[in-house]
Amino acid sequence: MADTVKQRPVYRNIHITQLPHYRLPAPGWVSILHRISGALLFILLPFTIWMFDTSVTSEVSYAQFASVFSAGSAGLPGWFFKLVVLGLIWAYVQHFIAGLRHLWMDMTHATGLAFGRQSAIVTLVATGLLTVALGAKLFF
Amino acid sequence: MAQTFGSKRTVVGAHYGLRDWLAQRITSVVMALFTLAVIVQVLLPGEMGYDKWAAIFSHQWMKVLTFTAVISLLLHAWVGVRDILMDYVKPLGARLALQAATIVWLVGCAGWAVQVLWRL
Repeated sequence: MADTVKQRPVYRNIHITQLPHYRLPAPGWVSILHRISGALLFILLPFTIWMFDTSVTSEVSYAQFASVFSAGSAGLPGWFFKLVVLGLIWAYVQHFIAGLRHLWMDMTHATGLAFGRQSAIVTLVATGLLTVALGAKLFF
Repeated sequence: MAQTFGSKRTVVGAHYGLRDWLAQRITSVVMALFTLAVIVQVLLPGEMGYDKWAAIFSHQWMKVLTFTAVISLLLHAWVGVRDILMDYVKPLGARLALQAATIVWLVGCAGWAVQVLWRL
């Protein structure tokens, strides 16, 4: 009796070392990317508010804001700041569309496997396209 | 074994996170409306520059909407970041410290944003 109790398999959460071998379906990707994009937006919040502050306060600060993205600042080149903004754009779009999917599922109780998979693919593709389009506008 | 979840759950203790869940959804709608309001005004005719950009935030209704969006962000991110911390940070002391830091971070950021908004 004691032996069988000991030999019971224990199912734990996925360990971090297993992640590279783990095949995640599309809804799983949307789920983890929702967390990652949310965390990124949270961490970069001071940068976002700095952009709001300098861009909106005065014409002088607006010029400073613009020069950071062309001439760079604090020894870092302008494209670096554009890259950070591109990350912000991706995170915002990803979080926005995946959030709409969440709201839609909550309101309509749309829970089937097929809907989950299709809407997840739509979320990932739409985010990719919008990020590329806005990124092109940002860099060129 | 008797079913103790769903509609048959044992009702003890405080709320079951419903309030947080609901708050996160309501605040997300506020922020989505704010996003749309900004996008529409940016796309209106006129060359983008300081004048057009600053004018967007000069209307009283836009200031109220922006303020509401900032406070929504505060509540929304608190629920989300707390969820992440509860899932990944198990030692109680570390979790508590990070949750406290999250509150300080969010309140500080919201204060800064509101200050920018107020002096426009």
